Amino acid sequence: MVSLQFRICFIPSHLKLQLPVPRRSLDLKLPPRALSSAIKAATVNGHPGEDAGFLRGTAVPAGLRRESMPRHVAVIMDGNRRWARMRGLPVGSGYEAGVRALRRMVELCCKWGIRVLTVFAFSSDNWFRPKVEVDVLMALFDRGLREELQYLVSADVRISIIGDSTKLFNSLQALLANAMETTSKNSKLHLIVAVNYSGRSDVVQACQKLAVKVKDGVIEPEDINELVVERELGTNCTDFPHPDLLIRTSGELRVSNFLLWQLAHTELYFTNSLWPDFGEDEFLLALSSFQERQRRYGC
Amino acid sequence: MESKSKSNSNSIVVRLFGSWVSYMRRCLFRVISVGPVPSHLAFILDGNRRYARKWGLGEGMGHRAGFLSLMTLMKYCYELGVKYITIYAFSIDNFKRKPDEVQGVMDLMLEKIEGLLKEERIVNQYGVRVEFVGNLKLLSDPVRNAAEKAMRVTAHNSRAILLIAVAYTSTDEIAHAAHQSCLDKNEGVIRLADVERHMYMGVAPDPDILVRTSGETRLSNFLLWQTSSSLLSSPKALWPEMGLRHLVWLVLNFQRVQPYLETKKKKLL
Repeated sequence: MVSLQFRICFIPSHLKLQLPVPRRSLDLKLPPRALSSAIKAATVNGHPGEDAGFLRGTAVPAGLRRESMPRHVAVIMDGNRRWARMRGLPVGSGYEAGVRALRRMVELCCKWGIRVLTVFAFSSDNWFRPKVEVDVLMALFDRGLREELQYLVSADVRISIIGDSTKLFNSLQALLANAMETTSKNSKLHLIVAVNYSGRSDVVQACQKLAVKVKDGVIEPEDINELVVERELGTNCTDFPHPDLLIRTSGELRVSNFLLWQLAHTELYFTNSLWPDFGEDEFLLALSSFQERQRRYGC
Repeated sequence: MESKSKSNSNSIVVRLFGSWVSYMRRCLFRVISVGPVPSHLAFILDGNRRYARKWGLGEGMGHRAGFLSLMTLMKYCYELGVKYITIYAFSIDNFKRKPDEVQGVMDLMLEKIEGLLKEERIVNQYGVRVEFVGNLKLLSDPVRNAAEKAMRVTAHNSRAILLIAVAYTSTDEIAHAAHQSCLDKNEGVIRLADVERHMYMGVAPDPDILVRTSGETRLSNFLLWQTSSSLLSSPKALWPEMGLRHLVWLVLNFQRVQPYLETKKKKLL
């Protein structure tokens, strides 16, 4: 199943800046445990593109190679507020424009055969923003989900939520649960929305679950390895938890506590575009940049 | 006699020129230090093999060139006042490379650690403490023993700290921390502080900047936990080509975003 997470970030479109990606054509007695650790790591991280069968029947845009399309794209949707400020609009308009950009992104991912889209909608750090802004955002989640649920169902998009949703309003929690339930059988695209999410908290809650299992005698501490930890993370809702490509808009060069574990071998793409301005052209640029990367996984 | 005095005067000129360059560099650092200087820099040393191919050097020579670059950059960083430097010397994933190459890197590491233990020049001049972080049990005995000895010998230094990530991946580090946390008597409750306490990188604060050379923009399983708020930089230069101007540019970029990051950090405390 495919998850798409949208995060709306707005960056001034005139600041199209992208980190340069140069094109380049990459009788010790190894302790046996070193080799087996390396093999385990390769298995955990996986190699996308080997399963190009998922792209059959999809329209890959001209100039891109079908076999090198990312399977899982993650987005930090940054720059909504800056977009609104630049136009003299209230912050809420920025977020609304961001939702529209998100909708465009979902449509493009469906069209181009991307299986999972993970978006950073609300970080646990965002609670420190002014209360008015946070209230506007929460109201937007609520309204957006109600209005778009029908579209998600018809577009065969499955929605999942990761993060600590217990801090949200009860009505929003119920709405999210209903959306997940309603779309659980959909399979064209998996939209994973990170709400009140923090990469570190995700890892800590996974460790917490393991500690409880150890206390209850379900597993031994010695059994704890990378695969075991990975199974307890929030992204265990998808078969492809590791993004191939992370896009961050607005020119900020940081990961900001998003999907820490899962980004181990993800290609990062930074653009100066603000999120509401991030459309098909910008996404094509990001995908072409991705296709030019040489992914070596340590080899 | 005449050629000897000529070579003496040449070497005086060379020494004078060297002193002048050093003086200019220190002046430049004084100017930059008016703004905030990062206290922790982390480097992914990418591009050694490409450097060797680019200049037609032999197998393994790229890593040696990379080592020289490391020594120079370390000197500049410590002169500038950077307290912590972390380098990604060898990932657990790198064990998948050709055995000859892995052996070459291990031999180089062993040679350099033993050299460090013998001379202790740069280390004691700058009061550097060396820490090897990673799953050291995966290393062969000679390398691991040399690393542990280097840590013991420099343990008393405190002006600056060099963290060398060897047999390291972030996911292995987190899994190890999870394992250790579960061994603690905690009634099945684990908090963020418990996980952080058991990280190999627990000896240093989070990096201010993570630099990956050769223009690749990915983290490659390095410091995933610790760089959640770090500024990411990916200069096009291959690691052996990194020099003073790259460091200066890095610091200037850091100074541009640092006030915003500081405000954010204060809000979260």
